[in-house]
Amino acid sequence: MELFEMTAASLSEKLRKKECSAVEITRSALTQIEKKEEQIGSFVTVCEERALKKAEEVDKKIAAGEQLSPLAGIPVGVKDNICTEGTLTTCSSKMLYNFVPPYNATVVDKLENADAVIIGKCNMDEFAMGSSCETSYFKKTKNPWNPDYVPGGSSGGSASCVSAGEAVLALGSDTGGSIRLPASYCGVVGLKPTYGSVSRYGLVAFASSLDQIGPLGRSVEDVANLYAVICGRDPMDATSAVREYGAFGSQISRSVKGLRIGIPKEYFGDGVDPEIKSAVMNSIDMLVKEGAETVSVSLPSTDYALSAYYIISSAEASSNLARFDGVKYGYRAEGYANLTDMYEKTRSEGFGDEVKRRIMLGTFVLSSGFYDAYYKRAKQMQQKIAQEYAEAFSQCDLILTPTSPSTAFQIGERTDDPLKMYAADICTVTVNIAGLPAISVPCGTASNGLPIGLQMIGPKFSEQLLFNAAGCFENLCGGFGVAPAMRG
Amino acid sequence: MNYEMTIGLEVHAELNTATKIYCGCKNAFGAEVNSNCCPICTGMPGTLPTLNEKVVEYAVKMGHALNCKINPVSKQDRKNYFYPDLPKAYQISQFDIPLCENGYLDVMVDEKGNTKRIGVTRIHIEEDAGKLLHDESFAGSLVDFNRCGVPLIEIVSEPDMHSSAEAKAYLETIKSILQYIDISDCKMQEGSIRCDINVSVCRPGEPMGTRCEMKNVNTFSGAVRAIEYEAKRQIEVLEAGGVIHQETRRWDDAKGQNFLLRSKEDSHDYRYFPEPDLLTIVIDEEKIWRLKDELPELPNQKLKRYMESYGLPHFDANLLTENPDKAAFFESCVDKNNCKTKNISNWLLGDVSRILNEKNLSLADTALTPEKLTDMIALIEKGTISVTAGKTVLEEIIFSEKTPEQVVKEKGLAQISDTGALAAIVQSVLEANPKSIADYKGGKTNVIGFLIGQCMRQSKGQGNPAVLKELIEKQIENC
Repeated sequence: MELFEMTAASLSEKLRKKECSAVEITRSALTQIEKKEEQIGSFVTVCEERALKKAEEVDKKIAAGEQLSPLAGIPVGVKDNICTEGTLTTCSSKMLYNFVPPYNATVVDKLENADAVIIGKCNMDEFAMGSSCETSYFKKTKNPWNPDYVPGGSSGGSASCVSAGEAVLALGSDTGGSIRLPASYCGVVGLKPTYGSVSRYGLVAFASSLDQIGPLGRSVEDVANLYAVICGRDPMDATSAVREYGAFGSQISRSVKGLRIGIPKEYFGDGVDPEIKSAVMNSIDMLVKEGAETVSVSLPSTDYALSAYYIISSAEASSNLARFDGVKYGYRAEGYANLTDMYEKTRSEGFGDEVKRRIMLGTFVLSSGFYDAYYKRAKQMQQKIAQEYAEAFSQCDLILTPTSPSTAFQIGERTDDPLKMYAADICTVTVNIAGLPAISVPCGTASNGLPIGLQMIGPKFSEQLLFNAAGCFENLCGGFGVAPAMRG
Repeated sequence: MNYEMTIGLEVHAELNTATKIYCGCKNAFGAEVNSNCCPICTGMPGTLPTLNEKVVEYAVKMGHALNCKINPVSKQDRKNYFYPDLPKAYQISQFDIPLCENGYLDVMVDEKGNTKRIGVTRIHIEEDAGKLLHDESFAGSLVDFNRCGVPLIEIVSEPDMHSSAEAKAYLETIKSILQYIDISDCKMQEGSIRCDINVSVCRPGEPMGTRCEMKNVNTFSGAVRAIEYEAKRQIEVLEAGGVIHQETRRWDDAKGQNFLLRSKEDSHDYRYFPEPDLLTIVIDEEKIWRLKDELPELPNQKLKRYMESYGLPHFDANLLTENPDKAAFFESCVDKNNCKTKNISNWLLGDVSRILNEKNLSLADTALTPEKLTDMIALIEKGTISVTAGKTVLEEIIFSEKTPEQVVKEKGLAQISDTGALAAIVQSVLEANPKSIADYKGGKTNVIGFLIGQCMRQSKGQGNPAVLKELIEKQIENC
């Protein structure tokens, strides 16, 4: 097994035992990028210089006998909507094609303080709007399991770089499923943390009340260790929760004994591919054999979740994206007649179709005369969904569902049908609406050879419980890894 | 035809907190262009606002001062519109649940101290926008973001005012309260208070007319002119058989006219919605009451007290209470208890104010202390120096560390009350003016003023006029 294929936990062990250097680990990832990037296209920017400089620093620390964080010397991909000081941060949009932030996101500061090696900025759907990574202005990222298929989105590059061995870990952001969906499509582990547990400072906002940064990796322990680094109260983010967090990675019990697993019938309906249903039911059976019990629960408002999600997220997006007006940074159209013309041309040329569609939708639902009928009702639905989850969690500890009703679809298959594209998020959006944590872990492959994702949803701040159950399941599967075609 | 005008005001006041409302930038006027801003107040991608709690406290204090109900839970909302001085393309403000609601302000409307109650609909907090700059060397506009994120409160009145004088009195009282509770610098020339004015006219007894709004009036005298102009304009339209349309107009103070900015149909749809980056504002009851307890005596209460317990006329009380520094100085003077209250008022509002105005200074910029001023007044009251000499003493003590006694000594200003020394002067003046003696004896007793003046001249201003008067009268009788 080559270095780029290993988990962060085993690489960290090797570093500590001086069996390899941090520079060697980074070079191994960079070599894999060199080999596979043309085919996969995970990154908007590869930070070779920045990465090697950091790796050298880590090697010096090792030589000096300093204590190492579990992430020290580990190559991490960072989604391109997370600000990196001095490094291009584009949100995969023409609008920010040249934007270099003069500040780091809080999570980037935390990564750097933990001596993680930022290896590149990951491609994504433009401004995180999409489920396939196809709305990027720069490139279409491919699924490392089969390059004819999408990696999922919007954190497609974050999932594909981990799956392709171009990075060991990655940060994504999840507004309606944007970490879990690509994690499931690419066969990796992805966590959408509890809203408020990870600072959003420096995350270019899509829908502020739903956005949450989270980790992706090839093992539950790695994801837990990355989560432990990025979570925590941040005074720069008023919505970040005031509380203490545990160590996570080192505390995974990998036991489900006595755990009550809720199975909501609404997530196993006709819209879900039978292959996926059976893979998820099989996984549940495996956990039951380990001592878990199952409970039938109901989340009756799930049918309305997608509509509520698109109203709330588009409303917030229409306001969040209004600042991209060509005045201060990023793209500005040429040849405009006056201020209004400059705004119109800049925004017409700088945004792609999907972004424009959401801005128009969001502007409409907030307009006077329509606010009560759409935005207000969507917010009421949000409360109802949160309440239904609370009721469900009075009967069970975790809820298990498929991460997506299907496996990855082919590139171009859904680009002309936004509603079909939106349906990919059907199993994930309620989690964001209710502000809950959820993890997606691989639970087998379908007949098309593509991975299937199992989603575990917990009550707020139950990440440790998710890691425990996901860790148990990981053991039962014998571990996950780099996509077969990407192995060394 | 008679018309009644109705006026409602929206006053925006910049708060004088140390830092801005949503970031740590200094809240200061006059810094170099774009030097007082950061990624947060310029709305750079990914940055987030965090609320400065002082802003909430200041607004709650104003709420108490204007007798408002303080909402223990209020929220912040986004007001969306595009303009280059608004870098996020939305202003964080408060929409449906402001910090303070349903208050009122009693405004003094005549010299007898009668007041009129003006309703205060609400007070909310919001952020200021930047400023566009136009430079001849550059074809387009430039933006200065220093003012972005400066905290504002907006005070919205009910349409309870019916003359420009009432509106002016309301504005002046608001300004004075802001200064008393020390939450705004109130520097009009720096734009720290601005107002939007709603005006309508109707025939007496008929329902209120359609209102027009004028934006961004920067001075109180401008507000008076703007109101008068708009009422006249509306009356002319109605008299000519026209109809008033609800619209927003821009007041041009230099031209003394307003111009149509946009009609109701073109009005912005601000698409207000709750600000998802900030939590609801929760203030506990204990804090609400503590902030109320921290309020000082407010200008109207003070004015009333000055009239009632010091027996001052409204004119004096009004000017003395205009700003808190002047009032505090006055009260320290009164506390010295060594001269008459009315004399303190006369000196403060007379010569002291004149000198300050000439030099464009405030009391704090001078070396004058309550001790020095009252000591000087006491010297006059005791007859040690004349009023004229007092003016000379004031000119000295206001800008130096000298005490009145020192100045009197140095300049030899002590009044001569010694009859022996003054008798000789009186004698020589009477000898030189025999006609005046005749006039006096003939009943024109007012010539005595002339004779006192002549004696004062000979004594180089040091003669005690009262003693002189007595001596002159006695000597004429003896003639």
